[in-house]
Amino acid sequence: MTSTKDLSAHKGVWVFIEQFEGKLTQSTLSLEILGEARKLADKLETELTAVLLGENLADTAAELIQYGADKVLVGDAPVLANYRTELYTDIICKEAEERKPDILLVGASATGRDLAPRISFRLHTGCTADCTELGIDDDKKILVSTRPAFGGNVMATILCPDHRPQMSTVREGVMDVPVKDASRTGEIIALDITAKEEDARVKILEVKKHEAASVNIQEAIRVVSAGMGACTGECFDSLKQLAKELGAELGGTRPVFESGRIPHEVQIGQTGKTVRPELYLAVGISGTVQHTTGMSNSRTVVAINKDPNAEIFKFAHYGIVGDAKAVVPELIDQLKAAKG
Amino acid sequence: MKIIVCIKQVPDVTEVKWDENGSLIRTGLPSIINPNDQNAIEAALVLKEEQGAEVTVISMGPPQVEEALREALAMGCDNAVLLTDRKFGGADCWATAYTLGLAVKKLGGCDLIFCGVEAMDGNTAQVGPEIADFLDLPLLSYAEDIKVGEGTVTIHQNLGDVTRVIEGPLPALVTCEKELNEPRIPRMDLVFSCFDKEIMVMGIDDLEGERANFGLKGSPTRLRKVFSPKRAKAQVEFLDGTPKESSQKLVEKLQEINAI
Ligand SMILES: Cc1cc2nc3c(=O)[nH]c(=O)nc-3n(C[C@H](O)[C@H](O)[C@H](O)COP(=O)(O)OP(=O)(O)OC[C@H]3O[C@@H](n4cnc5c(N)ncnc54)[C@H](O)[C@@H]3O)c2cc1C
Ligand SMILES: Cc1cc2nc3c(=O)[nH]c(=O)nc-3n(C[C@H](O)[C@H](O)[C@H](O)COP(=O)(O)OP(=O)(O)OC[C@H]3O[C@@H](n4cnc5c(N)ncnc54)[C@H](O)[C@@H]3O)c2cc1C
Repeated sequence: MTSTKDLSAHKGVWVFIEQFEGKLTQSTLSLEILGEARKLADKLETELTAVLLGENLADTAAELIQYGADKVLVGDAPVLANYRTELYTDIICKEAEERKPDILLVGASATGRDLAPRISFRLHTGCTADCTELGIDDDKKILVSTRPAFGGNVMATILCPDHRPQMSTVREGVMDVPVKDASRTGEIIALDITAKEEDARVKILEVKKHEAASVNIQEAIRVVSAGMGACTGECFDSLKQLAKELGAELGGTRPVFESGRIPHEVQIGQTGKTVRPELYLAVGISGTVQHTTGMSNSRTVVAINKDPNAEIFKFAHYGIVGDAKAVVPELIDQLKAAKG
Repeated sequence: MKIIVCIKQVPDVTEVKWDENGSLIRTGLPSIINPNDQNAIEAALVLKEEQGAEVTVISMGPPQVEEALREALAMGCDNAVLLTDRKFGGADCWATAYTLGLAVKKLGGCDLIFCGVEAMDGNTAQVGPEIADFLDLPLLSYAEDIKVGEGTVTIHQNLGDVTRVIEGPLPALVTCEKELNEPRIPRMDLVFSCFDKEIMVMGIDDLEGERANFGLKGSPTRLRKVFSPKRAKAQVEFLDGTPKESSQKLVEKLQEINAI
């Protein structure tokens, strides 16, 4: 297929919204994208549409308007209660073919990364995966998506010039959650859902919700982050104490997660969470790009490392060259002293 | 049972080196079978051992991808197919899935297609779901456990916040996670006997597709630029002295900027 399609017929920005049991998911990813999509739609002087599939969605649909959507396409039916690739793909593709959006954004969550490629193949369009930045090309009025690849070692800027909708999946924690505005109005459009349970080839036999993570490190104002250099002897325990003293959440690098000291929910980096706290204190972290992509937007970064040439210092505002085993307990004392 | 495993040869990005300008040095990186695809091969071989199956690996790429295919044969796969053609070059996920999907059709289909969840270089995780859509197959993604019954496949699916047990009819496409298994290493005796085993090679003329849908030409996405992520962002101020002195300085600095 080539560029013979009439692209100008495609208008508007769509965002696929993830729900769980009819409510917005605990993760704010869908809202983050909605906020960013609002900016794109304003730049293109077009409408922003949220696409919401599930069961018992009335309240959530109304909420999406308050978060910035002009329209909400709602597919509300028991058969859609739990996410299923094919049912969701069928509905979204059918609507997209009729209503012709210019841009379709999906979260780069497990669900979104399952759904978006299947939609993009069927609509014969491109999908840029795991974007950390979205913009509009001023001349061509097309979507410009930037994403990490090669394990975060390179960034790529990708366009989809000749196919519509332009699709991207978007990483969690890189965009801001929009402010709710109760005075906003919009249109809620109920979709006619004809799919039946028998139509679903894939059956869900069991759903196990993981223990809700007790911390949401992405919302933390301060993060103390442990690297392998902070894991010897009692160092890790004193790091926990330091976090407590600072009112910070404790996170860490992938090897620290792999060693079982921290849960995956607080691993920071390319295959973990992206954080943007006011204060990021990296202790015994070497600073490879897979880690720093997850923390380089922190307001203030402090690094403690015994190697003065550690890469992490290139991302730090303040550095202490020293043994974490000696520095961390001192730091706890000094913080206590400062509090008086 | 016929199982097709899609494998990609990737540079070992854990071995990445940088030049003095901070650019990625791509030459000289060792090539490996994408880690998730090793899990996919292992899953297929386990099924072969337990229930009997013919396992075919296919890979699209330049001619040197043959090494990866030979390694898969040495792990115990039965057949290997190399999809190579200059016109396949520059394919994005859409064009890659199109080419692989056509090859599956050409091979007469199968009961199961196994892909990795994600390739370690492109990192998109899109090719598996896209092949499933092309071939109109049920997609069972993020498998951490796979059971094949009478005409069905059941997996444990890791969906992030939830784990689900889902079941679909065969034929189906499954994407494999690293938690699935521990891939075996190639057997020495097979390494030698696989050396001259025939690998089926297919090019654009062997596939019944539209020529405009292959390779760069058939790719809806366009790479505008590739660059190294910002490396040096902050100008670090080192706080010297004994642990006590430097800690004291740090606390003062953080108080100054209201970070604590
Ligand atoms: C595809 C892929 C994805 C990845 N995703 C992630 C990810 O999401 N997050 C992530 O973090 N990593 C990720 N990694 C791993 C990453 O490449 C690094 O291996 C990892 O970040 C290094 O962790 P580290 O800094 O804790 O350990 P190391 O690299 O071992 O560094 C330890 C550091 O501590 C210092 N040190 C040692 N002893 C002391 C001491 N007593 N006092 C003070 N300093 C000390 C050392 O000088 C060194 O700098 C990924 C890798 C790959 C290939
Ligand atoms: C920097 C960079 C960024 C890119 N970004 C995008 C993007 O956002 N969107 C896009 O559409 N394309 C993108 N591409 C192109 C994309 O990487 C290639 O199309 C690639 O062939 C497939 O993508 P992947 O490596 O992400 O594979 P994934 O989709 O992550 O691979 C999943 C599985 O599919 C199978 N598979 C993948 N490729 C092959 C193969 N060649 N042969 C056999 N099996 C295979 C394997 O089982 C693999 O485990 C990018 C390329 C580069 C260099």
